[in-house]
Amino acid sequence: MARAVTQQRKIINTAAAWGVGLLIFFPILWTILTSFKTEAQAISDPPVFLAFDWTLENYSVVMERSDYMRFLWNSVIIAGGSTLLGIIVAVPAAWSMAFVPSKRTKDILLWMLSTKMLPAVGVLYPIYLLFINLGLLDTRTGLVIVLMLMNLPIIVWMLYTYFKEIPGEILEAARMDGAALKEEILYVLTPMAVPGIASTVLLNFILAWNEAFWTLNLTAAKAAPLTAFIASYSSPEGLFYAKLSAASTMAIAPILILGWFSQKQLVSGLTFGAVK
Amino acid sequence: MATQHSRSAARLMMAPAVVLLLGWMLVPLIMTLYFSFKKYLPLRGGDLGWVGLDNYVRFVTSSSFWPSVLATLAIVGGVLIITVVFGVLLAILLNQPMWGQGIVRILVIAPFFVMPTVSALVWKNMFMDPVNGLFAHLWKFFGAAPVEWLSQASLTSIVMIVSWQWLPFATLILLTAIQSLDSEQLEAAEMDGAPPLARFGYITLPHLGRAITVVVLIQTIFLLAIFAEIFVTTQGSFGTRTLTYLIYQRVLESQNVGLGSAGGVYAIILANIVAIFLMRMVGKNLDA
Amino acid sequence: MSLHKSLAAATAMTLVMSGAVHAQTTVTIATVNNGDMVRMQGLSDEFTAAHPDIQLEWVTLEENVLRQRVTQDIAAKGGQFDVMTIGTYEVPIWGAQDWLVSLNDLPAEWDADDILPAIRNGLTVDGELYAAPFYGESSMVMYRKDLMENAGLEMPEAPTWENIKEAAAAMTDKENEIYGVCLRGKAGWGENMAFLTAMANSFGARWFDEEWKPELNGEEWATAVNFYMDLMNNYGPPGASTNGFNENLSLFQQGKCGMWIDATVAASFVTNPNDSTVADKVGFALAPDNGLGKRGNWLWAWSLAIPAGSDATDAAKTFVAWATSKEYTELVASKEGWANVPPGTRTSLYENPEYSKVPFAAMTLGSINAADPTAPSVKPVPYTGVQFVAIPEFAGIATQVGQEISAALAGQQSVEEALDKAQALTADEMEAAGY
Repeated sequence: MARAVTQQRKIINTAAAWGVGLLIFFPILWTILTSFKTEAQAISDPPVFLAFDWTLENYSVVMERSDYMRFLWNSVIIAGGSTLLGIIVAVPAAWSMAFVPSKRTKDILLWMLSTKMLPAVGVLYPIYLLFINLGLLDTRTGLVIVLMLMNLPIIVWMLYTYFKEIPGEILEAARMDGAALKEEILYVLTPMAVPGIASTVLLNFILAWNEAFWTLNLTAAKAAPLTAFIASYSSPEGLFYAKLSAASTMAIAPILILGWFSQKQLVSGLTFGAVK
Repeated sequence: MATQHSRSAARLMMAPAVVLLLGWMLVPLIMTLYFSFKKYLPLRGGDLGWVGLDNYVRFVTSSSFWPSVLATLAIVGGVLIITVVFGVLLAILLNQPMWGQGIVRILVIAPFFVMPTVSALVWKNMFMDPVNGLFAHLWKFFGAAPVEWLSQASLTSIVMIVSWQWLPFATLILLTAIQSLDSEQLEAAEMDGAPPLARFGYITLPHLGRAITVVVLIQTIFLLAIFAEIFVTTQGSFGTRTLTYLIYQRVLESQNVGLGSAGGVYAIILANIVAIFLMRMVGKNLDA
Repeated sequence: MSLHKSLAAATAMTLVMSGAVHAQTTVTIATVNNGDMVRMQGLSDEFTAAHPDIQLEWVTLEENVLRQRVTQDIAAKGGQFDVMTIGTYEVPIWGAQDWLVSLNDLPAEWDADDILPAIRNGLTVDGELYAAPFYGESSMVMYRKDLMENAGLEMPEAPTWENIKEAAAAMTDKENEIYGVCLRGKAGWGENMAFLTAMANSFGARWFDEEWKPELNGEEWATAVNFYMDLMNNYGPPGASTNGFNENLSLFQQGKCGMWIDATVAASFVTNPNDSTVADKVGFALAPDNGLGKRGNWLWAWSLAIPAGSDATDAAKTFVAWATSKEYTELVASKEGWANVPPGTRTSLYENPEYSKVPFAAMTLGSINAADPTAPSVKPVPYTGVQFVAIPEFAGIATQVGQEISAALAGQQSVEEALDKAQALTADEMEAAGY
């Protein structure tokens, strides 16, 4: 009896969850489907869901028109570089705040977050002038630095909240055993911190990959990532739904696949201290 | 407690992050302040001298200023409410036993990976277009007149697009929080005959308080700065001109750097007012 | 490693080295993602084959993003681009600031005297040609001959606005999703305000009087905008307030518009059977007038300019001369047919017997010649420009005015309110600019 009830509930839950999940995913699914239609089928009335002549034409048009691999590579370098650099700077900072807290730790943390409040549009002109003088315009180095700085407060905070949950007793036990600071970090804390760092790396990578203001305004031909690639497909002349869908799919596919494969890691550390 | 030695080591470890962020904050801030007191028109020869507070007065007395502040707050508030409410519901649903939980979770978090430009383009053209959009077909199918989303329900449309992007983030954080909830406590309450709504109100919701605060804080930081979604869809028409967008119009469309910089200073002030409220909330929760 | 392989490697090395000796000049080109420009990018292999020492880098962006990028870069002197795609609005302003390289010294065979006078004047400041026109356009009426016939009407070659209204009323069939007239409603100085400014000219309205006082709350503007609202609300497609050039093109190609008054370049897209379902049913007429002596057609040329400070000026000039040459036109004609060559820039094109077979050739030339940027409206004005005012502040002002009118079209305010707000914000911005 009780078993039947739970079974019934499980069926209802499953149906509801799948329904909601598919609804949320639908815009992406629709984009992917549209990318395989012809332009005429893309706007057909009533819309066709699956029963159309699948074609790869849109992809070949997009590949022919723009050097997709270069945009992709720039995205990888910029997102990867800024993440790596950010982690190198953020881990020690978050570490010391979590394990050697002082009265000002919280103030420093909140101040860091507040630097993210500076509206990017408002400082475009100053930053542009600065970039000209430093010769950083249209370089991947410049973008790596800017995106690292943009995301630094978030990742310091995320790491801090994660590290703080590592129980202090373990540290003390290690100290009793006579472990030096270096050993303490290397052998005791690092293994415990890895999931949090992995999750932070992923979040930072996603945020950097999707950043569309600086990456568009500080690049031209050499360092332009996928955000600039998509800016050449929005509203050209004539029918463009299918080509837009193909370009969109190409822009989001790498990060979507990465996200799906690593979602367990992402989710496990994505708490921001929300769990007590 | 911490020794003198570990204290100075800690300072050293923090130094790079603090110095970098200090630079990232101060350099643009000082330059913005500098420009905001100047008449600076790049297309008319650049620096045309000091003008005192002129730019500040002009920015705030412009008829677009207060509507833009309200539009900003409406979008931020709207998205926060939607993502938190639906995030909680979704988190509870996903926490129930079911088949294929992993796949559902993948489906739900997918929008978070989509870059804002792409999601705005997709929503605008393939869903909200009043002639060829999927919504128009759906409305026609039910015999209703298609809604002109981006002009007649412009703020709602933007809130919808942005909420779709941020719902996964909220859901994930809330889900982790729910998973840490002591299920015995809930079961005990159920045994005692507490109705589901009461169980939710007295046990689940208080437990989620911290997670909700975190969601609100992080999202607010990002939402105050949304730009691509408006640039791609309405370009600030139909009451969707946020403060960020107004500054964009001043700096880039009108090429008035002085005026735009003054706007930037106002935006920083607004952001900090919002931040103070949030920080109070979070600060309490961080101590707890 | 076998001898064979190492020989091959050595050869490869030598090739790489010799390539490095021939110093390659890189030319970075910022361009808009219009069909003609995308075609140019595709054909540029021919250019690089003829000039192996020049390497082309393309930055192709959507129009609004492109404008923002190139304006920002030229104003801050960022030096990101060697060739910029800009229009007749930017060229006089940037040229006067000496931000562009003069193109007076392009080779003689480029034949500057062949450029249509109206277009050439728009790109010349103090005798210096600052940009080479890639394609030129005016605006005209494109209409469905079949629908007109069904309605028992005939489109005059030079219609009045009343003719348009009558035809729109007769062709509208909302049941079957056919809308009498499609016009731009999307806010932006290059979108709805380009159309409305040109239209207002034919109603005798002007942006500023001779003292630079804005006249947007005057009677002429009210009449023009009310006429436009009336057309759009009764005979326009749904969601017109978010339709720009691209959206309307798409609607017209799908057969949903009876008439469309827009850029002459659209003619080649709506008559192209690959993209258009109504390719063989399109007729053309001059932009309408109101009996006041001015027609509501504009003048625009997407042009290639070289920013001062480019480190590849000579190579950039070579490219600009190629892309805007008669030979390029012939290249496109040989590959894609005469209907697809970039129109509206050269007299020789319109004297070419092959090109005169193209159905819209004569109407395009007539429309371009009918526009006068120095005297756009009925009354005298202190500015140049037909559908724009060539001052740096205009883009910002007109985009905001366009948003007010767009909001009125969406039913969120009355025309009177929109124009009052427009007048106030224009006066404000002009004062800030020091007028």
